[in-house]
Amino acid sequence: MRHLLSCRDLDLTTTTAILDLAEEMQQVQSRPVKKLPALRGRTIVNIFFEDSTRTRTSFEIAGKWLSADTINVSAKGSSVSKGESLRDTMLTLDAMGVDAFVIRHASSGAAAQVASWVKAQVVNAGDGQHEHPTQALLDAFTMRQHFARHDLGGFEGKRVAIVGDVLHSRVARSNVILQQTLGSEVVLVAPPTLMPTGADTWGCEVTKDFDEVLDSCDIVMMLRVQRERMAGGFFPTEREYTEAYGLTPERLAAMKSGAAICHPGPMNRGVEISSAAADAANSLVLEQVAAGVAIRMSVLYHLLGSDEGAMH
Amino acid sequence: MPSLLITGAKLADGTTTDLFIADGVLADPGSAPAGVERIDADGLIAIPGLVDPHTHLRQPGREDAETVDTGTAAAARGGFTCVHAMANLTPVTDTAEAAEFVQSLGERDGHCEVRVVGAVTKGLDGEELSELGLMANSRANVRVFSDDGRCVADSLVMRRALTYVKSFDGVIAQHSQDPRLAGPTACCHESEWSGKLGLPGWPSQAESIIVARDVQLAELTDSRIHVCHVSTAESVEVIRWAKKRGIKVTAEATPHHLLLDTPLVAGYDTTFKVNPPLRTSEHLEAIREALADGTIDMVGTDHAPHARQDKDHPFDVALPGMIGLEQALAVVMEVMVNTGRMDWPTLVERMSFAPARLGHTPTQGRPLAIGEPANVTLVDPSARATVDAEQSRSRARNNPYHGRELPDPVMATIWAGKVTYRR
Repeated sequence: MRHLLSCRDLDLTTTTAILDLAEEMQQVQSRPVKKLPALRGRTIVNIFFEDSTRTRTSFEIAGKWLSADTINVSAKGSSVSKGESLRDTMLTLDAMGVDAFVIRHASSGAAAQVASWVKAQVVNAGDGQHEHPTQALLDAFTMRQHFARHDLGGFEGKRVAIVGDVLHSRVARSNVILQQTLGSEVVLVAPPTLMPTGADTWGCEVTKDFDEVLDSCDIVMMLRVQRERMAGGFFPTEREYTEAYGLTPERLAAMKSGAAICHPGPMNRGVEISSAAADAANSLVLEQVAAGVAIRMSVLYHLLGSDEGAMH
Repeated sequence: MPSLLITGAKLADGTTTDLFIADGVLADPGSAPAGVERIDADGLIAIPGLVDPHTHLRQPGREDAETVDTGTAAAARGGFTCVHAMANLTPVTDTAEAAEFVQSLGERDGHCEVRVVGAVTKGLDGEELSELGLMANSRANVRVFSDDGRCVADSLVMRRALTYVKSFDGVIAQHSQDPRLAGPTACCHESEWSGKLGLPGWPSQAESIIVARDVQLAELTDSRIHVCHVSTAESVEVIRWAKKRGIKVTAEATPHHLLLDTPLVAGYDTTFKVNPPLRTSEHLEAIREALADGTIDMVGTDHAPHARQDKDHPFDVALPGMIGLEQALAVVMEVMVNTGRMDWPTLVERMSFAPARLGHTPTQGRPLAIGEPANVTLVDPSARATVDAEQSRSRARNNPYHGRELPDPVMATIWAGKVTYRR
């Protein structure tokens, strides 16, 4: 695998290998000296055209703990405001001899475009409303640990509900693909205005009725409701949204026994998720954050850790 | 002007003839002098020069993307003897002076006739009418008005424009796009593909809603409406209904909406970003059928050259548009003629006669008969080639057919008796 642009780039073997290596990387995190020499001499540029604290920081730590030279470029508006094209911006950095770009961009497809232009390897750290593959990997990693901890078996036959603004969510798109690769059934739950055209062709169940599916799901993944969507007329009021799609204390109580809660963050407490749910014993939210570094170490190692840049 | 004898050419109707060109018109072949320059057209088809109702020449304003010289050279390469230069230039063609300036550029640099299209509204802002009458009365003799690139969205402005241009038999060529339903970021046909790719959707109804409104305004005002680049099955149905009702509506289809479909944008290659967007196969099929049965009257290239730096952006930011003059005939042959959907006389109607009638261009779209203007395109119906964007006469390289094997039909183009292209 030369680039990680989409969860479509990941077959079951590769996905499992990334998750397994992330387990090892997580062990490293508990050591007093966390550095591994694996990527010594490699240069990784984290270029973020869109703000993101947690994703950028976890990629930066992941690179540093693997001994790569990591450089952060906050490109928000910088070259675009000077009239430079994305291609020129990326070719300029590429010409400096970068080994890999970790790119976040507000436009769908930006990572794929960059991969077609540069010599360096490319990791998609979120492109518009398209995909966010490392988020789906860390979600899967967290779920797998949860299943193991409670002796619930593997992904095969598990039901994963993804609830909320599916239309604008790259996290949802990547999770749909990766969870299906792992063998889960995915249920998309969204108000009709926030369900993407053609979601019924994604091979998952599609519904607007959260309560109908809630008690059958092993994982309930709540998506963030962006403030600007509320102004965009996709639903009448915050209150009406929460009533139909929020993980309220009542819905928390109605969840299947052993089921867990995920949220990619940052959370709007009181809107898509109540504090009772966010802080519940079966909430995996903080574990997801903790998994971020281990997963990104594993991904970077898989992409850059051998001379060919091939998967081991 | 040197005279020229074309021998043994087959006409669209299947008959074979010699064509003698002298003083810019077709003359009696029997009167050709013995030593006259000849083109042996054995095996070739001679058709009237093609007319494009919809071309972006980018001059004045964006000469780094295209000029009248390079754009019309591409037109000649594609078999065209006339193009209609759209008004979205800098400055916008919304005054008589601007129209006459574009007219003079065409006369000075053109490798074909350049007919000026005037803006419907000042600065293409959709609010105040531009100087429609002064442009019509100018030396540019403007008859086609369009805010193309933008839709005249306000129904009242559209009604007044239609009423106003009727007095000089003008026509409003509308870029049909409901600006709320398909907003400025809409860049992918709303479908399974927009959903999967996370690209803002452009529903087909955002086109047909405007077409439905406009044909009714044309009925109300008894004026002429022309629908640019029809891309959806729903629009075709509306136009079919309007024609049955006797409404004065004409419509054009682009070569790319006949051949290229939505899945091509899956790699986010901005060459395939165009407005309206590439549609799915059921829409392509409807457009083909409508072009064959005459619901869609003509082919318009919407040749939209862009400089590389305007395409090297993320998909939702890059400028929409693709070039099309050089491959237009090739695509129509491939999709319509070689499949048996359309015969040569119908192709001539759709690519020469109908677009010449749109703006009342007397020198264009005429039959190949003695006394008529010598606008002739010589076509080799069997030649094929792989398209190479670098081999274009256009200054731009945003060619969606790059790497595709297509007919390569144009052997020579003759405009007003002059050879403007010859292979």
